[in-house]
Amino acid sequence: MPRGQVVGLLGPNGGGKTTLLRSIVGVQIIAGGTVAVLGEPAGSPSLRSRVGYVTQEASVYADLTVRANLNYFAALVGAPRADVDRVIEVVDLGAEVDSRVDRLSGGQRSRVSLGAALVGSPELLILDEPTVALDPVLRRDLWALFRRLAEEGTTLLVSSHVMDEATRCDRLLLLREGRLLADDSPDGLLARTGAANAEEAFFALIEAEAAA
Amino acid sequence: MNPRLTFATAGRVLRQVRADHRTLALMIAVPCVLIGLLAWIFNGTPVFDKIGAPLLGVFPFVVMFLITSVATLRERSSGTLERLLSTPLGKGDFLAGYALAFGALAVVQALVATGFAIWVCGLDVAGPRWLLVVMAVVDAVLGTATGLFVSAFARTEFQAVQFMPAFVLPQFLLCGLLVPRNGLPRVLELLSDVLPLSYAVDAMRTLTTQVDAAGDVGRDVAIVAAFAVGAIALGSLTLRRRTP
Repeated sequence: MPRGQVVGLLGPNGGGKTTLLRSIVGVQIIAGGTVAVLGEPAGSPSLRSRVGYVTQEASVYADLTVRANLNYFAALVGAPRADVDRVIEVVDLGAEVDSRVDRLSGGQRSRVSLGAALVGSPELLILDEPTVALDPVLRRDLWALFRRLAEEGTTLLVSSHVMDEATRCDRLLLLREGRLLADDSPDGLLARTGAANAEEAFFALIEAEAAA
Repeated sequence: MNPRLTFATAGRVLRQVRADHRTLALMIAVPCVLIGLLAWIFNGTPVFDKIGAPLLGVFPFVVMFLITSVATLRERSSGTLERLLSTPLGKGDFLAGYALAFGALAVVQALVATGFAIWVCGLDVAGPRWLLVVMAVVDAVLGTATGLFVSAFARTEFQAVQFMPAFVLPQFLLCGLLVPRNGLPRVLELLSDVLPLSYAVDAMRTLTTQVDAAGDVGRDVAIVAAFAVGAIALGSLTLRRRTP
């Protein structure tokens, strides 16, 4: 994956997206093969402050305030306190900074979880279905944020099962039942399959595979 | 291990407890209420002097066991543990952070409960009183360490809470409070020799009866502390960076 790209990992539920992401983060027991991240084996101690991981559910402390959560995760990666202020701006939680996370809405909560991964500016961000259960406006804002982060040099690997999010990525990986069906740019994928949109392209690939 | 990360974790755990006023109040008030009740029940008899101090060691063990096992179970099920273990935080930092935070809470709990037992309920302590507090804190750390270890075997909060009677009550029955340990059937006496709470209660009893108790109590403190370190080591084996 080249630096500064947004790579979409798409595919139906249960297709192995989370397993692949967890392998890259280094928290998955790998049955076989090797996973290398930023030139090192996945899960190496030196990678732990260079890779940010956002799980599907907001994994932050519900009984702490937004700031207390971010302060703690900043301390873990050795980021300065000023970085917490920057991240609060980035995820747009300035008004909620002193609220407990369990008093926030679902969308705000997932932004806290994202913020916890952004402190310390990791080089690689692994996001597992970050836009699931978000309203269209929040989804658009979040993708704009991903684009901005990529322009600043962060590499993002974003999983989703919502196919229309595919067009927002630089590169797409289609995963189904643990197998990689495609690895292409969104335009390349449409050209190759002759489909009108990503969803149809995905169906075309599944049918092609079944016929083969 | 990295002291900065350990302290950051301890601070975070304390902040969580501080946000929960009711838990904090229960932690401090319940031991006092129980000690007070006990002193009242045995009013005018020598029984309170005999069992009051040992119970000052049992309360922090039970309370910290429960709180820690639920807290770590929450970390496991909410995904925060997985996230923490993908950061530079070491397993030792995580465990030591919890032990430090609950150890600090135990200092407050022990000071209040011991003060209440001595000055309000008139508990007679022959040995140095500060050792009562030291012993209570070591018991609390033991409770935390055991709770951390046991929480690995609980999948739900229901299970975690039931590990309390499973792990704690047998120790309570065998620790010498109900029947002196040398009066137990031989097998049970041997069993009580390998249970940490027995040493905690022995130490508390020595403290109440002997003026120059420091030597004996020091040995018991060391034994209980060794159990706590062992439980933390076992607990660290149950924390896995990689899970299926």
